[in-house]
Amino acid sequence: MNAQAASVALDRPAPDAGALARLVKEAEVGGLPPDDDIPLYAPRRKIYPQSTHGTFRRIKWAALIVTLGIYYLLPFVRWDRGANAPSQAVLVDFPARRFYFFFIEIWPQEVYYLTGLLILAAIGLFLMNAIAGRIWCGYLCPQTVWTDLFFAVERLIEGDRREHMQRDARQWTAATWARKAVKHLIWLMIAWWTGGAWVLYFADAPTLVKELATGEAPLIAYAWIGILTFTTYSLAGHMREQVCLYMCPWPRIQAALTDEYALNVTYRYDRGEPRCSVKKAEQLRAEGKPAGDCVDCLQCVHVCPTGVDIRQGASLGCIQCGLCIDACDTVMKKLGRAPRLIAYDTDINVKRRMAGEAPFFKLVRLRTVLYAAVLAIVGGVMIYTLATRGSEGISIIHDRNPMYVQLKDGTLRNAYTIRIVNKQLKYRDFLINVDGLPSTLAEFVGLPPRADGSRQLVSVGPDQTREVRVIVTDYSTTPPAPSASILFRLTDINSGEVVEMRDHFFGP
Amino acid sequence: MSDEARQIDKITGTATTGHEWDGLRELNTPLPRWWLWLFYATIAWAVGYWVVYPAWPLITNSTQGVFGWHSRAAVETDLADLKALRGPMVSKLAAASVAEIVADPQLLDFARAQGRVAFADNCAPCHGAGGGGAKGYPNLNDDDWLWGGKLADIETTIRHGARSGDEKGHQGNMPAFGRDNILKANEISAVADYARSLSGLPAEKGVDLALGKKLFADNCAACHGPDGKGNREVGAPNLTDKIWLYGSDKQTVVQGIVNGRGGVMPNWQSRLDESTIKSLIVYVWTFGGGEK
Repeated sequence: MNAQAASVALDRPAPDAGALARLVKEAEVGGLPPDDDIPLYAPRRKIYPQSTHGTFRRIKWAALIVTLGIYYLLPFVRWDRGANAPSQAVLVDFPARRFYFFFIEIWPQEVYYLTGLLILAAIGLFLMNAIAGRIWCGYLCPQTVWTDLFFAVERLIEGDRREHMQRDARQWTAATWARKAVKHLIWLMIAWWTGGAWVLYFADAPTLVKELATGEAPLIAYAWIGILTFTTYSLAGHMREQVCLYMCPWPRIQAALTDEYALNVTYRYDRGEPRCSVKKAEQLRAEGKPAGDCVDCLQCVHVCPTGVDIRQGASLGCIQCGLCIDACDTVMKKLGRAPRLIAYDTDINVKRRMAGEAPFFKLVRLRTVLYAAVLAIVGGVMIYTLATRGSEGISIIHDRNPMYVQLKDGTLRNAYTIRIVNKQLKYRDFLINVDGLPSTLAEFVGLPPRADGSRQLVSVGPDQTREVRVIVTDYSTTPPAPSASILFRLTDINSGEVVEMRDHFFGP
Repeated sequence: MSDEARQIDKITGTATTGHEWDGLRELNTPLPRWWLWLFYATIAWAVGYWVVYPAWPLITNSTQGVFGWHSRAAVETDLADLKALRGPMVSKLAAASVAEIVADPQLLDFARAQGRVAFADNCAPCHGAGGGGAKGYPNLNDDDWLWGGKLADIETTIRHGARSGDEKGHQGNMPAFGRDNILKANEISAVADYARSLSGLPAEKGVDLALGKKLFADNCAACHGPDGKGNREVGAPNLTDKIWLYGSDKQTVVQGIVNGRGGVMPNWQSRLDESTIKSLIVYVWTFGGGEK
């Protein structure tokens, strides 16, 4: 109870100068208690990341614009498939059980392509990790991208780090409340759009937008928008770095998968230590003592979206977004020192430099080669199967009750339910041949009988299947074995494409 | 709670329950606040639920809830929706003759889909899931029909049944030649062997087939025909083919002659609606044995 009351009191600091100091101290890693006294529960330190400019910030903006642009706009991209299929480039059509991706159409039974994509995604993640650590975490992960966007909104409304912290530490005025309200409103709007874009992948986007605007959309659409609004708002607005620190499995897996040659955002302590002010450095150098380039300005900590001090080395909290590189470069430039005191580098190289050796980079390693090879193989197999997959199919279910029928004169009859699949977006005529037994007569229920007995013409609608019951009677003089093989051949009479499927012809 | 009972554990700073076991005390750790609020929320939700949905059992009924929702009503709504969805096809089916249904591919597909379900519900217990039949219950897939295999014949059989008590249904019984003392034991044996020999089955040694033939002409030919080909008017099976409703071994044949046979097919007209009956007729006809 006392502890709880104390923590509640901490949430609302008294409006004195000490409060700001405490807030700053809390935000710094230095504020942590010594190792042997770490409590099992760590109260959250609110992070106020400072804005920054530079190469990696630009890369992050570009990644943000491209990924969010794709996410929000892709449902509106049209792709003409003719009259018999939807004209949305990317569409998950659950009612019709089809997935459309530009020129690719996936039927439910081909969902193994999704498995392939997941393998590609996992191996791609491993490859990124082997080359340059947490590229995914730093630039591409949705949690990072949306949090980045939410940070930008926060800075726009509540001001940059210093202004924001000062205002939070003061007695909150109506203006403070108003700023917070506006910020949360914008966050909620972004979150709402995120949910809104999500549902557009599952229905014709322009139609659904119209329905959503007029309140005519199905309840499920509103429900999903609500769910994703909630998750986006809470994850990107409130949970932020805690998702990476406590919820995400990848930092743990990544740490186990990485090796010493992978590039990581690294503080080059060979150059930075010992830290000292510019004046002190001049003094030390004049005395012939070592002086590092790091002036302990804490800019790298202040810009960090997860509140990490990169100078303490690799850590689970570091998502390797490179913003500390930009922050440090800005300072180094002002001081007239060389940039990249923090850079993509390896600990090996830091140690080599300290030993006076030249750094080296080893991109081609067993793991990078293997990951690339697996990517190429899985990707190649997928492309090959996609390119060569047939546009028609036949599946057969033999009658189970009865397995066979004996007629008056002793001849045997088996019945099958066959399903013909037409994956093209036009009507097609197929010829079904029943073959494999010496003398059979196939009767197709509901279709006109043909003189030649074992063949039948069936028309199947665009992107559809058709079920036909086939009754096969064997008129051969010698009775067939208890189980003979029978062949169903499906031929597109226009293109000549053929698929065959074998089944059994049972007897006593 | 008095301050005396409220003991604070020094290490964690949390209150204990005050109980002590050999120097060990149980921490009274408060529940996480989010958990507690969730718990309160579920209670509030439950109260709301009682108000809007049927909840509390009363003596003959239960509280009805202000939404007026009822699971039975929900099922009825769903069924009504289904009926409305299928309505046009069902009424088309009910209006068309079975011959018209068979001629129209769309109607045929619909009838067969509906027939499959109706068959599983009503016919499968005797005739088997796929109409394969069982001892005493005809296989509907073959080309041997007791009462005829044309659409019209199947229609009569399904609508009115056989020996079902329906006047329009099929009538005709195999008499109990043994039980009613029409034939003696040796005569029954002889006529059974003769009947089996009609479809090429071997006779037992020492049996007088000539006697069997004479007895057959006197007693059986009236229904089964002089050459044993049967008569669909009275449901007398064809004895010359390879299909035996009860079995072809001599004991079974003798049993049939001694006790007679009279399997019953119920009247379905009074139990099923028009579109279901027509679906069943078409479904059975398309098993493979249907006659043109």
